[in-house]
Amino acid sequence: MSAFLQTDLGIAILTLLESLAIIVPLLLGVAYLTWFERKVMGAIQLRKGPNVVGPFGLWQPFADAIKMLFKETIFPTGADKVLFTIAPMITFGLAVVAWAVIPVNDHWAVANINVGILYLFAISSLGVYGIIIAGWASNSKYAFLGALRSAAQMVSYEVSMGFVIVTVLMCVGSLNLNDIVLAQRHIWFAIPLLPLFVIFFISGLAETNRAPFDLAEGETEIVAGFFVEYSAMTFALFFLGEYANMILISAMTTTLFLGGWLSPIPFAPFTLIPGVFWFLLKILVCLFVFVWVRATLPRFRYDQIMSLGWKVFLPISLIWLVLTAGFLEIFGLLPHA
Amino acid sequence: MIPNLLFDVFSFILLGSAAMVVTSRNPVHAVLFLILAFINAAALFLLAGAEFLAMILVIVYVGAVAVLFLFVVMMLDVNFAALREGFQRYAPIGALVALILFVELALFVTGSTIAPGAAAARLFPTPDTITNSQALGSLIYTNYLVLFQLSGVILLVAMIGAIVLTHRDRKRAKRQNLDVQHARVPAETLTMVSAKLGAGAPMPKPNKETL
Amino acid sequence: MTRLGRMAWGLVLWEILCGLALTLRYFFKPKATINYPFEKNPTSPRFKGEHALRRYPNGEERCIACKLCEAVCPAQAITIEAAPRDDGSRRTTRYDIDMTKCIYCGLCEEACPVDAIVEGPNFEFATETREELLYNKAKLLDNGDRWEPELAKRLELDAPYR
Repeated sequence: MSAFLQTDLGIAILTLLESLAIIVPLLLGVAYLTWFERKVMGAIQLRKGPNVVGPFGLWQPFADAIKMLFKETIFPTGADKVLFTIAPMITFGLAVVAWAVIPVNDHWAVANINVGILYLFAISSLGVYGIIIAGWASNSKYAFLGALRSAAQMVSYEVSMGFVIVTVLMCVGSLNLNDIVLAQRHIWFAIPLLPLFVIFFISGLAETNRAPFDLAEGETEIVAGFFVEYSAMTFALFFLGEYANMILISAMTTTLFLGGWLSPIPFAPFTLIPGVFWFLLKILVCLFVFVWVRATLPRFRYDQIMSLGWKVFLPISLIWLVLTAGFLEIFGLLPHA
Repeated sequence: MIPNLLFDVFSFILLGSAAMVVTSRNPVHAVLFLILAFINAAALFLLAGAEFLAMILVIVYVGAVAVLFLFVVMMLDVNFAALREGFQRYAPIGALVALILFVELALFVTGSTIAPGAAAARLFPTPDTITNSQALGSLIYTNYLVLFQLSGVILLVAMIGAIVLTHRDRKRAKRQNLDVQHARVPAETLTMVSAKLGAGAPMPKPNKETL
Repeated sequence: MTRLGRMAWGLVLWEILCGLALTLRYFFKPKATINYPFEKNPTSPRFKGEHALRRYPNGEERCIACKLCEAVCPAQAITIEAAPRDDGSRRTTRYDIDMTKCIYCGLCEEACPVDAIVEGPNFEFATETREELLYNKAKLLDNGDRWEPELAKRLELDAPYR
């Protein structure tokens, strides 16, 4: 059996199975994230949220999915049909593909590659294409406006996010996500790098077009932004992609700052619990903050988003990068890989 | 076997999309094919073991540069008929240039691959023990430090130049001062005036310009 | 506060944290949701719901076909035809309300001199076809018979304010 696993075919089959093992729970997670968001938003607004379909409304995501499946996909006049259909696939596909390198437990990743964090960064920088293409292919001014806004926003927040990642890498001395988590065995990076943690999380909000940075879809001003013209399954794919991205950003935050699968309480009964549990718990906390922030803050104005990204986050993350480098150098803490 | 197969697939897609970049009629499609070409080139880099380069290619070119390309092309109102007007006239010259380029490239490529021991003659062979990014880093920050920093400075100058050239400071534009707005408290801006019924009250002069 | 002090508070996201704390408190508060089909809010005696034609306690219909409601109806949703009945009294032969036109303003109720047409407490009369919303006299009288105890009580409660 192990000999078979060394052959090309064996590796291919194993990779396929591993991918399935990550994609199926991810899709389930995305489905229940919509439920979770509606419940939490409801609770904050003194409502109960979905509670009719199934116990505690637990079947609601499936009811929604079935509804979406049976609706008609409408192509607007003058739309570029091919690109119009490809755009949601790109968005969703990228959100799933990024999961290949996320370690859910020690060495439990589909691909434990040396440039893991760069890969994640590359994939998340591709995310903007789904949105731009959707906006352009819809042949609608609202969609186009939304796409332009979101593209500018994502490109500018990626810069500060990149600096934050570089700072973390400096403390670790490796681009491998597994090593990044293991480097946090003594202290989570969220504590010494607290400002960067906050910047990373807020940039993550902007990167996923979530409230309060959701003006790419701002339903009160440009109706729904880049996916005004989308309906049925194409819309559902965008929706799923957005939520999968939320989970992805939470997983990145967890891996980079919250110690990944490591137990928060480093002694006996807690370290025996499998790391996957801690990993999922930390992701869940991040997701709760995502929803909590959405239910709390009003939407930013466009120029405020831009000035926040370029005039506040970029200088702070840059200064912190230099400070961290100096600190590590002076105290001889630089990792030697 | 699988890497060979993947190489074939990626290079075919790369060549196909590169051809589509120059032949597709819609400039937006052309840029999108360019992006596809970039991604496949990155995949080829990965197959060659240059993982760091592959990721940087995707992040820099696909994630940032091509987005701006796409921006510009989408915003442009290009008249395709006018663009294609002179095609017939210039076609022979274009073909000639293409032919010369192709011959040169062919000479260069065939010449250098046939050369025996080219890999061994490389200035800095990739070490097997450390990762790609480390190898690159230890080379860039030691032997080529000055050149690397210089290229960084050149980029910085170019960036400043672009900002200086495009930035217009319109003197008459009204700008918000968020700091001042946030600092406003009711005591500074509100005055309670008791007005007599039917007679009204004189408005007190604002002591500060209201924002 | 000085400018620097404000900036420092801004950098630690103080106001945002205050907002988050507020929403977190609301997160744990008891919920205001009413489980609608199983629980309902109380309605006022003046609630304007589905129409009904009432009868006197002896079973005689109240409507005298004065057509005041038809005249006052701003949506022109009411159609009345009248003729003398066998015993010589003036009665409606047709009393239709187009519930799709009705704006539930309650003017018909106000205009009626004999409290015959009233708007009842019922608001759950959604139908699957449009035709079912074109009420005729039989339907309205039937509504009146079904809701009479409540209709009488509502009129009684509202009487002091009229």
